[in-house]
Amino acid sequence: MDYSIGIDIGSTTVKLVIAKNGETVFRLYERHFSQVREKAAELLEKALAQLGDITVKAALSGSAAMGLAEASGIPFVQEVFATGQAVKAFAPETTCAIELGGEDAKIIFFDGGMDERMNGSCAGGTGAFIDQMATLLNVTTDELDKLSLKYDKIYPIASRCGVFAKSDIQPLLNQGARKEDIAASIYQAVVNQTIAGLAQGRRIEGNVIFLGGPLYYCEGLRRRFRETLNLDEQHATLPDYARFSVALGASMYASSSGIEASLSHIIELIHSVKSLSFGTNRLDPLFNSEKEYEAFKKRHEKAKLTRRDINKYSGKAYLGIDCGSTTTKLALIGEDCSLLYTYYSSNEGSPVDIVKSQLENVYSLCGERIVICGSAVTGYGEELIENAFGVSCGVVETIAHYRAAEYFRPDVDFILDIGGQDIKCFRIKNRAIDSIFLNEACSSGCGSFLETFAKSLGYSIADFARLGLFAKAPVNLGSRCTVFMNSSVKQSQKEGATVSDISAGLSISVVKNALYKVIRVSSAQELGKNIVVQGGTFYNDAVLRAFEKELGCDVIRPDISGLMGAFGAALYAKSHPSDSLIGPEEIANFKWTAAATVCHGCTNHCHLTISTFPNSKRFISGNQCQRFSQDAAADEDLPNLYEYKRRCLSVLPRGTGSRGTIGLPMSLGMYELLPLWNGIFTHLGFSAIISDPSTRATYEKGQFTIPSDTACYPAKLMHGHIEELLEQKPDAIFYPCLTYNIDEHSSDNHYNCPVVAYYSELLSGNIEELKNTRFLHPYLNVNKPKELARELHKVLNSAFGKVFKRSEIYEAVMYGFSEYQRYMEDVRRHGREAIKEARRAGKRIMILAGRPYHIDPEICHGIDKLANSLGFAVVTEDSVCSPDMQTPNVGVLNQWTYHSRLYKAAMFAAQNRDVELVQMVSFGCGVDAITTDEVRCILESRGKLYTQLKIDEITNLGAVKIRLRSLLGAIEERENRYEHGLCQIYRGDEVDTHASDPQHAAISL
Amino acid sequence: MKSTHTLLIPNMLPYHFNLGVKLLKNYGYKAEVLNCTDSRVAQTGLKYVHNDICYPAILVVGQFIDAIENGKYDPHKVALMYFQTGGGCRASNYVSLLRKALEKAGYSYVPVIAVSLLGIEKHPGFKVTLPLLKRMMYCFFYGDLLMSLVNQCKPYEITPGSSEKLAQELTQELGNKVGDARSFCKNAEHNFARIISAFTALPCDLTRKKVRVGVVGEIYVKYSALGNNNLENFLVDHNAEVIFPGLMGFMFYFVYNIMSDYTLYREGRLAYIPAKMAYAFLEKKEKTLNRLLNNSGRFRPSLPFKRITELIEPFMGKGCKMGEGWLLPAEMLELIESGVPNIICTQPFGCLPNHICGKGMLKPIKDKYPNANIIAVDYDASASSVNQENRIELMLANAQTESHKEHLD
Repeated sequence: MDYSIGIDIGSTTVKLVIAKNGETVFRLYERHFSQVREKAAELLEKALAQLGDITVKAALSGSAAMGLAEASGIPFVQEVFATGQAVKAFAPETTCAIELGGEDAKIIFFDGGMDERMNGSCAGGTGAFIDQMATLLNVTTDELDKLSLKYDKIYPIASRCGVFAKSDIQPLLNQGARKEDIAASIYQAVVNQTIAGLAQGRRIEGNVIFLGGPLYYCEGLRRRFRETLNLDEQHATLPDYARFSVALGASMYASSSGIEASLSHIIELIHSVKSLSFGTNRLDPLFNSEKEYEAFKKRHEKAKLTRRDINKYSGKAYLGIDCGSTTTKLALIGEDCSLLYTYYSSNEGSPVDIVKSQLENVYSLCGERIVICGSAVTGYGEELIENAFGVSCGVVETIAHYRAAEYFRPDVDFILDIGGQDIKCFRIKNRAIDSIFLNEACSSGCGSFLETFAKSLGYSIADFARLGLFAKAPVNLGSRCTVFMNSSVKQSQKEGATVSDISAGLSISVVKNALYKVIRVSSAQELGKNIVVQGGTFYNDAVLRAFEKELGCDVIRPDISGLMGAFGAALYAKSHPSDSLIGPEEIANFKWTAAATVCHGCTNHCHLTISTFPNSKRFISGNQCQRFSQDAAADEDLPNLYEYKRRCLSVLPRGTGSRGTIGLPMSLGMYELLPLWNGIFTHLGFSAIISDPSTRATYEKGQFTIPSDTACYPAKLMHGHIEELLEQKPDAIFYPCLTYNIDEHSSDNHYNCPVVAYYSELLSGNIEELKNTRFLHPYLNVNKPKELARELHKVLNSAFGKVFKRSEIYEAVMYGFSEYQRYMEDVRRHGREAIKEARRAGKRIMILAGRPYHIDPEICHGIDKLANSLGFAVVTEDSVCSPDMQTPNVGVLNQWTYHSRLYKAAMFAAQNRDVELVQMVSFGCGVDAITTDEVRCILESRGKLYTQLKIDEITNLGAVKIRLRSLLGAIEERENRYEHGLCQIYRGDEVDTHASDPQHAAISL
Repeated sequence: MKSTHTLLIPNMLPYHFNLGVKLLKNYGYKAEVLNCTDSRVAQTGLKYVHNDICYPAILVVGQFIDAIENGKYDPHKVALMYFQTGGGCRASNYVSLLRKALEKAGYSYVPVIAVSLLGIEKHPGFKVTLPLLKRMMYCFFYGDLLMSLVNQCKPYEITPGSSEKLAQELTQELGNKVGDARSFCKNAEHNFARIISAFTALPCDLTRKKVRVGVVGEIYVKYSALGNNNLENFLVDHNAEVIFPGLMGFMFYFVYNIMSDYTLYREGRLAYIPAKMAYAFLEKKEKTLNRLLNNSGRFRPSLPFKRITELIEPFMGKGCKMGEGWLLPAEMLELIESGVPNIICTQPFGCLPNHICGKGMLKPIKDKYPNANIIAVDYDASASSVNQENRIELMLANAQTESHKEHLD
């Protein structure tokens, strides 16, 4: 009798296969909820009960089994390898296997040499991701699957990262998009992620099989794969062992190399390693004793708000609504600011319905005794709710939160709010917001993350948090991102961490993320004396304690910490009384509909959601431009240097083309040097084919050849631009390698960043079709015309035959440089004029600072226009810094041309009272990890606010808008208080503003 | 400062750096290599530098500050010394970041000395002379040789730990000679030969079947056990013989790039001649070493650098010089050409040059060499080692299959 047994322990499940002479006789599949060894032993016990104490050959597989294998001496086989072996044996005709696991995605190609691929360290699109998304939609994974089958349309959802996807889905939910459509879109995102990230250009065709739990359980997911890959049911099959392929492969491995023992002995082996040594990566416990916890609780009970019984109160009342991304909160306060009524609940899809039923409830409680004399709404859903219910004012979140914190602690120095998706921190100086810190576009390290995690381990958040309080050795889980934390949890499980250690570790991670990533603080002194923490996440005592421990000081947590936004809004309503809120009768008859449609107003083709309310009031969301926003029309004419630069570049003469056509891909460095290259080539008699401005479609066209998923979005777009150029079959495509950029003599060196400098090397190696065309990517010197001409002469003559004279190329180069100079001077002149014009009109000026390629509409996602609509004149960083402007001293090596402009622009903003700087940072831009601190430092040294916008393929303009409005709100509030002599806001006047510099003098009128 | 301060140097390559420290001591400096690998190091780093900066910066800064805070040192009597490569990669900012971090942590008075192969940031307390620089290069030659020999012996040694012990003894022996230019530099060939014969004599069981695995990548995570979660030990434990391309290749690459600036752009004419001289010097040493290794009949020489520059030609221009630049794929090619198709390409998470030179070159290399079995692994303060190890396990499993078997020359 030859029994072999394969045990596959993955990130979420344990799978067991027992085979007899290659024939499966027993198999089990169960979730392990982190109890890895216990569950494995339990499954084996079940096998023992059924099969008796047979002698078997055993092997382990799966990521969570590695440590167990080492400690128990049971042989280990890598899971992808095992799958490959199993498929080869059981379905030899397979050309490609797609396996999705709890946290890994794998593709194995079998034809033409086996090729196995696994997702990189950073990738969503796996079972855990689907679980998280289901939680977000408040459905089970089964329900999600059923929903997805009834979809009408697919929304584009960021596919490369689970956390990003979440940021895309949340606004859709808030806009009231159908759950069915969202469910299918989630699956589509998984499919795109798998195909783009793993296949990387290799076609998936022939006989494809689906493996792994998620594909086994989700019919909708399989459908999305089939449709996307154009495969029918015969060619894309789900084998009966889909969930067990790894365990099956492991059992095959076991029959040759497994350990031979009786089942009971193997169970013993697994039990024997129960007391694995602690991993070294452990942290101090949160509380050492119950007593410590009691004292802690007592201290925090002091921050309490007075409450009144709404059934007894009579008089005026004010309503505050905080319509957040995942939760909706209401607070009704009386004339004395006491709390009459509160509500806190997760959105479950549509905030409008929640607010409606809450209003009904409030009105019925109020009866005739209480009159609502003012209402205000804040948060993501601000405009939607404002429109739907006639709420009298919208308040910027930061202001609402500050109002609330100030009520508890008038001398508050620092406010930290951790909500479901956002972290908001602000420093208060002289009773005005001095600086604002917001988390990046991705929501890792926020409340919803803790909640999802608790659920995935089978706990409610409250129970989960309680477990963490007395953990003996919290696990250090890092703080980079949710996906990373998932795998850290996996690792700690391997090392034998308990659920309570993991819970405490997660709380500490949340705190560390806020402190060291968002605020970038290293000691409590930097935050000030009086710190107020709030947001739903701080109800969690473990998080609160972790925060106090990490900072080493006591903080104040109001007892309504999760309602502070709503409370602040109510306070605001109290100071702005109005009766516009719709009354009880209207509420009773309130009906609304949401319809999805695609806007054809421009090439963006935004997916709109149109909400219709009583009195045929409409609210449109999902648009990238400001076409439908109420305040748009008036500000159409505000200066916008982004628009201007785009126009300048698009109208460059393309040449007549007697010498052939040359393709210039419009991304990365081309946005800076197009006038130069276009000038050179057209002067030489080429006609230039310039790729169109990027759209989402550009990205999709090129996504299959992107080898590194952590590169920045502008680089990834390059692939699409090359594909578009290839379609037009130019005689050559030109994108040079430029180690050195134009030397503007204002920095220690004048490098390009590595990605801008060498991306064409990557393109040439990864885009197959480029091999069939002339792809010119020489290393060039753009600072010496003679050298540039020499090298171009060599390159062009070897590409096109010896038809170019050195002298004509030199002439062309000189022409190109004059074109480039003309363009740059034009941009700078326009910058000056824009500033003058804005000052004449009394408008604020925003330097929307980034890189030249950030003007690409798909990269900046229309943020420039959004800023216009908020009343800012928008200028670029390169339009405000002239070569003769003095370079500010920075604490780092100032060695990149583009980045040194940022420092100058920051200085300019710092020195001009009406100029604000907002820095756009592309995800994955390593260089900006250096520049952002410096830019902030330059601005804050002169009392200016710093705002950073992280951008990537996601287009969550709602979040951007909140950030910009926070900035605006803070400036206004400061100016208000300044006028009342309450604070000093601006220190820029004290410094010399280059009065001797004539050009500069012209700007700072 | 020389007499009062201790120079602290974060470890990257134990053999190289230990010799370097001996050399500095000989010049009258007090110097120590920092070896702390506690998880505190990364935590401290995350506290004081931007969390999106590359992992090596986080570790190096963390190790320094941790040493000041928890080490046995008087903060007023230490200086921090760091080797800096410079260039267009953000890594050239490590020293600035370190200074900022020190300021944040309240140690702004601690001097930082940045050393690069090109020269040294002027520092009043630290004087670098040409002889010191030259001897430092020899330290690295010896370090390369020791590292390579240990790696070629460790998986086969009869007595566990014997090859490392031998290397330590030899380091001690070299350390005694470091002060004497004659015996340390002039007689280098004699020393090389002595080291090789000592390792040849080390009892080894060469019948053990091992998979040879090459490690390339960003210089810090490639070499530093702290940076790569002790990759070397992991691989040795998993039945592999590890091959780390030496530091000499990096020195070659460094001077080659100075020459390229002139040949490609006609910039830096003044540096061209000295670079050419340095190149010739390195070539001479390379020849000597390879001759001796060949003669040993036991140990593999490396491919001549010149050959490496030819190998990369069809894949990438040699103007690509930020970070490890073109050297990184070139080292993969070197490994494949010398019969080691199993390669781990290491990089810090989000490493900018490695988007292009590491991950970006995998496809073209695999296209040309279908037997190549390369896996890219990211290292980060938050990346779990389970994930990394799982991918390495896959590479190791594939190494055993027919299609990836070594084709030995």
